[in-house]
Amino acid sequence: MAKDSVFRALNSKWITETGPEPDVVLTSRVRLARNLRGYPFPHMLDADGAKKMLRQVHSLLTLGTSRGDLGNLQFLPLSEIDRLDRQVLIEKHLISPDFARSDHPGAALLVSDDEAISIMVNEEDHLRIQCLFPGFQLEECWRRTSRVDDLLESKLEYAFDSTRGYLTACPTNLGTGLRASVMVHLPGLVMTQQIGKVLAAIAQVGLVVRGLYGEGTEAVGNLFQISNQITLGPSEEEILHNLGAVIRQIVEQERAAQQSLLKTNRWAVEDRVCRAYGTLTNARLLTSQEAMRLLSDVRLGHELGILNEVSYRTQNELLVLIQPAMMQRFADERMQEEVRDYRRAALVRQRLTIKEGEK
Amino acid sequence: MLCEQCQKREATVHYTKVVNDQKTEYHLCEYCARERGDLDFTFGFEPGFSIHNLLAGLLDMGSPGLPLEKKSAGVSQCPKCGLNYTQFSQTGRLGCGECYTAFERQLEPLLRRIQGTSTHTGKVPGRQGGTLKLEREIGRLARELEIAVEREEFEKAAELRDKLKELRRQLADGQGGRADG
Repeated sequence: MAKDSVFRALNSKWITETGPEPDVVLTSRVRLARNLRGYPFPHMLDADGAKKMLRQVHSLLTLGTSRGDLGNLQFLPLSEIDRLDRQVLIEKHLISPDFARSDHPGAALLVSDDEAISIMVNEEDHLRIQCLFPGFQLEECWRRTSRVDDLLESKLEYAFDSTRGYLTACPTNLGTGLRASVMVHLPGLVMTQQIGKVLAAIAQVGLVVRGLYGEGTEAVGNLFQISNQITLGPSEEEILHNLGAVIRQIVEQERAAQQSLLKTNRWAVEDRVCRAYGTLTNARLLTSQEAMRLLSDVRLGHELGILNEVSYRTQNELLVLIQPAMMQRFADERMQEEVRDYRRAALVRQRLTIKEGEK
Repeated sequence: MLCEQCQKREATVHYTKVVNDQKTEYHLCEYCARERGDLDFTFGFEPGFSIHNLLAGLLDMGSPGLPLEKKSAGVSQCPKCGLNYTQFSQTGRLGCGECYTAFERQLEPLLRRIQGTSTHTGKVPGRQGGTLKLEREIGRLARELEIAVEREEFEKAAELRDKLKELRRQLADGQGGRADG
């Protein structure tokens, strides 16, 4: 696979494939925080230590070819990735915003061909192993992450304590080092104004809700990311079970909210969906925020059977494509904001009007 | 049902608060619930917010029961990486794995506050965890056995008892073997 494809193509498993409960759940993600014994944590690691550690991590690459779970891994030192490409990686959910800002000498990214597995080296912890799957499949996601973890552990010795579990730089990740999160699209709960109650209930059971791109960004397009808060005490299975049970309820509530909208406000909902589609297929200037909002309406129309023109795959592609950096990368030039909005509108029009088979 | 606080609006928020194993049920309207501050309705995705600031805040509070001198007692610097406790309380990040041992006393109440407990029961690395894994599995089966006996599921209990016997034998062999050799 071409080295640049991770910055230019939309080959991520979560974009191209459809998972379970795709009408509400966009992605399931599991990430593990791991540190290596014998090295200070990344923020205390000097350049020499970082170099030594990277050599060790580099040896992981030989694992990939023989084992299916890792696939072929690409090794990308962060220092060789420019700012725009780092932003692209954030938009594809492969790295965190914090990592994109990092100038750590040991910072690197390992990513699998299907972009389902990505490993951030020297983020807050030495290793952040992430697995991102389409739809609602936390358990499959965990199984693959855990097998990758086992593979890595066959080459590296982890910092582990029998009482405290996996040792992490920040005590909020201690124990399992596991953060599982599910990205959900909740337009029904937002429109019926039930979202406040739902989110409050989520907080009561030890889960956290964030905006689309993780910590520190705002929620747009009715997309919410729900994840576990506690990492120490319960086992991995218990954490996933707890999160999964809550998500299943949210899926049901969202579906019920959508149906009640249709029952009580059919014309208004149809109008909203079709206007959104009309704008997306005709607008000449689109900001990413507006595009996200309209795409949310189109997605709702798809769930309610009002609008069947746009497949999940096209919806997912657009969700990433309309983001500022990805779009510039795709158009292969740096753009001023107004030019960008014009190009974005053109891109969305083109994507929505070509037939699915012609791509 | 009317809100139990204002007795005016309809109670739409129902929740149970557990403090020191004491359960209290609340039935409030949204307005009063927000007023009480028990529930976070805003979910503002504040841009500048960082988990480390929050952690540092928690650390500053110290543990409520302890007088000041006691809090600062114990090790103030990690012998391995040299991080001192003040640095940790400012950034919310430890310096290395050894810090967890060096600052054990200070960390214990913090862990209870942010994690609820301080003992790991999950996955164990294969290379370090042979015996530990076995012990965990034995603990898990023993709990299952208790439940099975309680429910009078005797067939299942017998099966579990056999499995436990086998695992305990493996554990004894593993340790005994090393002692003999």
